[in-house]
Amino acid sequence: MKPNDLKRLAPARRVADDSRVAAARLADRATAEGLVDVALATMDSPVGELLVAVTPKGLVAIAFDDDDLERVVARLAREVSPRVIESAAPTDAARHELEEYFGGQRNRFDLALDRRLMGPFADKVLRATSRVGFGELATYGDIAARIDRPHAARAVGRALGSNPIPIVVPCHRIVGADGSLTGYAGGMSRKETLLRLEGSML
Amino acid sequence: MVRPPKPAFQEFLEANRATVYRFLSVAVGPQEADDAFQETFLAALRSYPRVREPDKLDRWILSIASRKAIDHHRRSGRGPVPTDDPPDRPVLDPSPSDHDDPLWAAVRSLPPRQRVAVVHRHVLDRSYEEVAELMGGSEQTARANVYQGMKRLRELMT
Repeated sequence: MKPNDLKRLAPARRVADDSRVAAARLADRATAEGLVDVALATMDSPVGELLVAVTPKGLVAIAFDDDDLERVVARLAREVSPRVIESAAPTDAARHELEEYFGGQRNRFDLALDRRLMGPFADKVLRATSRVGFGELATYGDIAARIDRPHAARAVGRALGSNPIPIVVPCHRIVGADGSLTGYAGGMSRKETLLRLEGSML
Repeated sequence: MVRPPKPAFQEFLEANRATVYRFLSVAVGPQEADDAFQETFLAALRSYPRVREPDKLDRWILSIASRKAIDHHRRSGRGPVPTDDPPDRPVLDPSPSDHDDPLWAAVRSLPPRQRVAVVHRHVLDRSYEEVAELMGGSEQTARANVYQGMKRLRELMT
């Protein structure tokens, strides 16, 4: 018997398959035991695959598939908790509401939000943004005025660009003073798709 | 030097799951590997926010797995087996698919610490220094455990 014979007791292919199943089961157990601080899941949507991140406090982040997902996950690990795990169940409510929204059956979200990835200024801007309803539009200047910083339209633009929870916090409803779509962190074509879905754009 | 940031647990799990599973499937047996895997990573998850050395996470998880493997054998009441014990008595954790492989029967007859040390050394190809670190003992003890374990395996396999 040679020492290397022992390796045949754990064939690589079987280990790869079995460990994948075991890791998925671990996510369920960890969720049941309350050990998951950030649950991750993905879903398909008309604006591409979305990454949905939920904490016990609520929805904390949504990312588009061409965002640098590794960076999003690393940020969650650093700024929320390193206990970030792929676990579908805690994200069910958020994914369900998003599906209804994309299916035209929902025009407002009733989800608890975890706002901790928003700085204090962005938090104000994004709260004002959340009051712009489905099918409505507002300008950067409108939002600046609504938070009593009438000259801060540019800072408002930057804060919107940093929105960690796009779609649900509807930064896509904010447009330039001349009605042009200007920018969107998720890309202009996504902003267009969302505004068309809401009937704000033909 | 700047310490690398601690990865998200998901990334850590992905990076280490296969190695930990390979270790456990030989150290406790394929039937018990999944339970031991769950215990290992749940324990890791509990203390993960407090872990200080993100560059040593691979050794950290294997040292937890080593403890779980040894505890597992203690719990199931398998102490060291005398070396002159005949190998032909019924095995204690028969696994249907591997039932006929005499190497499994031999591995199962090893005392827990020898079995764990042998797996680290010859399945995962770890150095004696690392085996010692993973099992919390001296390098000399690690060498002795691997040596005794291999000696017994060779005896049983001839």
